[in-house]
Amino acid sequence: MSTITIDHVSRWFRNVVAVNDVSMTIGPGVTGLLGPNGAGKSTLIAMMSGFLAPSTGTVTLDGEPLWRNEDVYRKVGLVPEREALYDFLTGRQFVVAMAELHGLADAGAAAQRALAVIEMTEAQDRPISTYSKGMRQRVKMASALVHDPAVLLLDEPFNGMDPRQRIHLMELLRQWGSESRTVLFSSHILEEVEQVARQIEVVVSGRHAASGDFGAIRRLMTDRPNRFVLRTSDDRLLASALLGDASVRGARLRSEGGIEVEAADFGRFSEVLPRLARDHDVSLHEVTPTDESLESVFAYLVSS
Amino acid sequence: MTMLSPTVVRIGARSIFGRWRGILLFALPVILIGLAALVRGLAGQDVDATESVLYGLGLVVVVPLVALLSTSGLLAAEIDDGSIAYLLAKPVSRYTIVASKLLVALACVVAFGAVPMLVAGFVLLPSSPSVAVGFAVAALLAGTAYCAVFAWLSVLTRHAVVFGLVYLLIWEGLLGGLLDGIRWLSVTRWSAEVVDRIASLDLVDDLPLSYALIALAVVMAGGVWLTGRKLQAFNLTGDE
Repeated sequence: MSTITIDHVSRWFRNVVAVNDVSMTIGPGVTGLLGPNGAGKSTLIAMMSGFLAPSTGTVTLDGEPLWRNEDVYRKVGLVPEREALYDFLTGRQFVVAMAELHGLADAGAAAQRALAVIEMTEAQDRPISTYSKGMRQRVKMASALVHDPAVLLLDEPFNGMDPRQRIHLMELLRQWGSESRTVLFSSHILEEVEQVARQIEVVVSGRHAASGDFGAIRRLMTDRPNRFVLRTSDDRLLASALLGDASVRGARLRSEGGIEVEAADFGRFSEVLPRLARDHDVSLHEVTPTDESLESVFAYLVSS
Repeated sequence: MTMLSPTVVRIGARSIFGRWRGILLFALPVILIGLAALVRGLAGQDVDATESVLYGLGLVVVVPLVALLSTSGLLAAEIDDGSIAYLLAKPVSRYTIVASKLLVALACVVAFGAVPMLVAGFVLLPSSPSVAVGFAVAALLAGTAYCAVFAWLSVLTRHAVVFGLVYLLIWEGLLGGLLDGIRWLSVTRWSAEVVDRIASLDLVDDLPLSYALIALAVVMAGGVWLTGRKLQAFNLTGDE
């Protein structure tokens, strides 16, 4: 059983902040790293796999640093996002080579096992250059599995997979999680993550926006009162109309213009607001959630 | 930890002849030996002509290009497309990976640099075999040092081939020909001193052999060390 600990980690590239003060613990079971493209998921995975140094903070695996530490790869299997492989090798030659580099006693047998798990035995003797995107993805998976690692890190593993391969990979992820491996995969698609992951970490704009199982993430959106600032063509008219609806707990006209609304039920509020605006012929110029910690989660989850 | 990884050597040897690199690697020695045969046919056994071909084309152009093509193919290309991550995500010393890849590059230097140089030398001047041998030894030493330099360039920049060519053309080629002092800082000049000593020629003036040999050794060792150190801190950044 292995645990990755990310402790107050930031990473910037020149003056661009890719990861901003993130702390999280990835333990046994399947964890989904969810966030839009460019949110910092790949940067986080690069740091968790020892391929990037944090600018500040620490990333450790069972207390050991991951940066500049080749020995951690005995415990870690990495499936990078990029597609490039050794195209001139066959799938089997590639996975055998990976097993040899791990110093496994019987590299051939280990490769066969890994190729069988990801159902690539049939195409294993064809050059990788002839493989489809999904097959490449599976060979990458076999290479990460070949030494039976305690930790598996997969960067956007569902990319390029057809629905059948997707289902198969989901089953595999669940199975590895149930074997007490620490499995982390990134995705920008909520549906993928909620079907497999026991734990979901949401990353938006480099920040750790939310954490928990799917229910917890949902509750974040629905159960808590949410505050918004609205800019409209007629603040007073819309504010009075909003107060008449049960989904709104309070509405206040701001001195600098706009309405501050506290919604009791986010789901209902999101339906009521545009309807009321239309019924009263008020234009909505801007709807901004003001709860800092939730703003990003909303922006992302609502749009997906 | 072993110094060399047979697996890395094997993958490297299979990768090197991919695409246009393989064609160029075969073309360069063919051009060298072809030109040698032509010169021999036109000028007979001529020491000056032999020097021009083996130094001007062989040591200045063919050997560094073979080193650049093979080393950048083994390192720069894999870093560029990210496939090197599969070698690096292993409990293998970075120095082992560098040394193994350089062994493959060295084999290329022998096959496409030193041996063709020996052949061209014998074609041009069979009467004095020491010239052929001298140039072949120099090709091996210079090629190895160049491989170490280009390995470092490959991990330092995404444009290793461009920088390598600029370095060869401007520093070793243009400035090396114009400024005499460059001989103290030029891989090609150092190796030329080795030719001078073995074949009793006079390609470079006033450069102690001991200095040339030590300088070559320092570049070789320094290149491997710097490359391995840089690979220990390899950044695999995705598309973000």
